[in-house]
Amino acid sequence: MHNHALTPTGTLTGGPPNGTVISAENLTKTYGDVAAVDGISFAVPAGESFGLLGPNGAGKSTTMKMIGGVTRRTAGQLSIMGLDPDTHGPEVRAHLGVVPQQDNLDEELRVRDNLLVYGRYFGLPMSYLRPKADELLEFAQLTDKAKSKVDALSGGMKRRLTIARSLINEPRILLLDEPTTGLDPQARHILWDRLFRLKEQGVTLILTTHYMDEAEQLCDRLIVVDKGRIMAEGSPAQLIREHSTREVVELRFGSERNATIGSRLEGIGERLEVLPDRVLMYAHDGESALEQVSARGLRPLTSLVRRSSLEDVFLRLTGRSLID
Amino acid sequence: MTDAAPRTGVAGRTGLRAHPPEVSAARARRWGAFYYAEQVLRVMKGYSWSIVMYSVGQPVAYLFAMGVGLATLVDTGNAAFGGVSYLAFIAPALLVSAAVMTAANEFTFPIMDGFKWRRIYYGPHASPLTPQQIAAGQIIAVTLRLLLQSAIYFAAVALFGASTSGWGWAGILVATLTGLAFGLPLMAYSASITEDKGQFALVMRFIVMPLFLFSGTFFPLDNLPVAVRWVGWISPIWHGTELGRVFSFGYREPLLLTVLHVAFLAALAVLGWVLTRRRFTLRLGQ
Ligand SMILES: Nc1ncnc2c1ncn2[C@@H]1O[C@H](COP(=O)(O)OP(=O)(O)OP(=O)(O)O)[C@@H](O)[C@H]1O
Ligand SMILES: [Mg+2]
Repeated sequence: MHNHALTPTGTLTGGPPNGTVISAENLTKTYGDVAAVDGISFAVPAGESFGLLGPNGAGKSTTMKMIGGVTRRTAGQLSIMGLDPDTHGPEVRAHLGVVPQQDNLDEELRVRDNLLVYGRYFGLPMSYLRPKADELLEFAQLTDKAKSKVDALSGGMKRRLTIARSLINEPRILLLDEPTTGLDPQARHILWDRLFRLKEQGVTLILTTHYMDEAEQLCDRLIVVDKGRIMAEGSPAQLIREHSTREVVELRFGSERNATIGSRLEGIGERLEVLPDRVLMYAHDGESALEQVSARGLRPLTSLVRRSSLEDVFLRLTGRSLID
Repeated sequence: MTDAAPRTGVAGRTGLRAHPPEVSAARARRWGAFYYAEQVLRVMKGYSWSIVMYSVGQPVAYLFAMGVGLATLVDTGNAAFGGVSYLAFIAPALLVSAAVMTAANEFTFPIMDGFKWRRIYYGPHASPLTPQQIAAGQIIAVTLRLLLQSAIYFAAVALFGASTSGWGWAGILVATLTGLAFGLPLMAYSASITEDKGQFALVMRFIVMPLFLFSGTFFPLDNLPVAVRWVGWISPIWHGTELGRVFSFGYREPLLLTVLHVAFLAALAVLGWVLTRRRFTLRLGQ
């Protein structure tokens, strides 16, 4: 694809085509004694889908807010399209579409007016905004709600409106903080499809999520963050290869016995993870590991062999299950 | 200038193209405050009916009750009232009071709504607008409302025949300036509240009400004991009221005092604006 005259005037240094659009060096944010983001570094090339994965309080939203040019960093370097958000806030934000974790729609305005008003903040003319708003309402499947007050929308509808709003300026970089939280499965799949299309058009996506399938589907590359630090970085496949085995056996012995039975499974597979509700056995060959379990005379209530996922990587790296 | 980048057309059927980010940023830097004012006015439009009713109904009711009803009990020839009817004496004061009341509402609850209740400011904050522009936009919109309301109020005053000077219309500007002198420091305070513990009710009861009572609205400040007269001197309402009287019926006072009224009101408004700007920047950039 012929890409990207992102800096038509040549006055802003956006880097070479397909160059780095976002780079963070030792990015840090402290609130009092709390280091919400504790010196993280990464670079995102144009057109990449880049994910931040981490448990609650890991510092994902804080990172997103710094990239979005709304929260000032405490230390480190940050550049978006070659611009420092501290000194070029409006220029940085003009490049972005932002879906914050917490919806901040104007609840006093009607649904369509929310899009129009937001577009005005970018100095976009009404002749563009009116048809664009209708196009985005259709995209968010809210056309029949165009004249409703925002208060009257369901949580999922508000989320979809926020996402539609983020696209009003046709951004080349989209920041999505848990975009599909609160959406029903159908709406989520539709959104994935739309995000995929944006990605095909070369839009850079930065997203955080708690859903592993979302991360695996949408992210070219991701960082696993915990306590404000980067624990691992790579493509989903790379991360799985490096931090987990090919397959996983999930065994359930009943909530009473999971913990006690752990010791009797020692030595099977590469690694064992005992969770309250199940035991995870990491092995390259799940079936043969399961046979060894039977050979030891153990009879789990249920057993399942599956491929490793990011969930397992996450568990390994943070010691926590992602969905609490 | 051409924009060769393929843009984010979601449906892409309409062939719409947004202007490039550089243009957005340049426009926002220049006009951002007005863009935000536009939003506030759009919200106000949602309750424009009650704004108009309030703007018209209030002066008519007050002028009638105070100026016509109460005036029958008050000695009209009294030199303390500047040699004019009681109605003419209180009309400019009522005009100022109404503006201050509106400012007291517009610069408290909506600010809390922006930062805390419905977090309205955080949407535009992610756009090219700056926190200062958001604050300025809110102020511009309220200023327009104050001007409109004061103009309606003045029209009512004129209809009651309560403005005897040809300069009476200047009371519209005086009332608006007084509203800002009172409202902007209050806005800075509102922007600093993180925990809603009913502070606004306290402000109304212990600041706004005493200022009203001791600001020479219903009787000249000189009628009060010296011990409480200082309340009037530091009250923007008193300065605005006196200034309004000068324009409304040629109330006599030293020119220096008139200049002082304007300077005091302007200084308060500027101070409030500076503090508000700082608060908005700190709080939104957290
Ligand atoms: N405005 C703030 N003031 C004080 N502390 C804050 C503030 N914002 C975030 N924090 C703290 O910073 C840390 C990181 O928070 P952040 O919201 O970035 O986490 P997160 O990864 O987005 O979590 P979640 O998955 O729950 O959304 C937390 O310990 C949080 O309490
Ligand atoms: Mg978060």
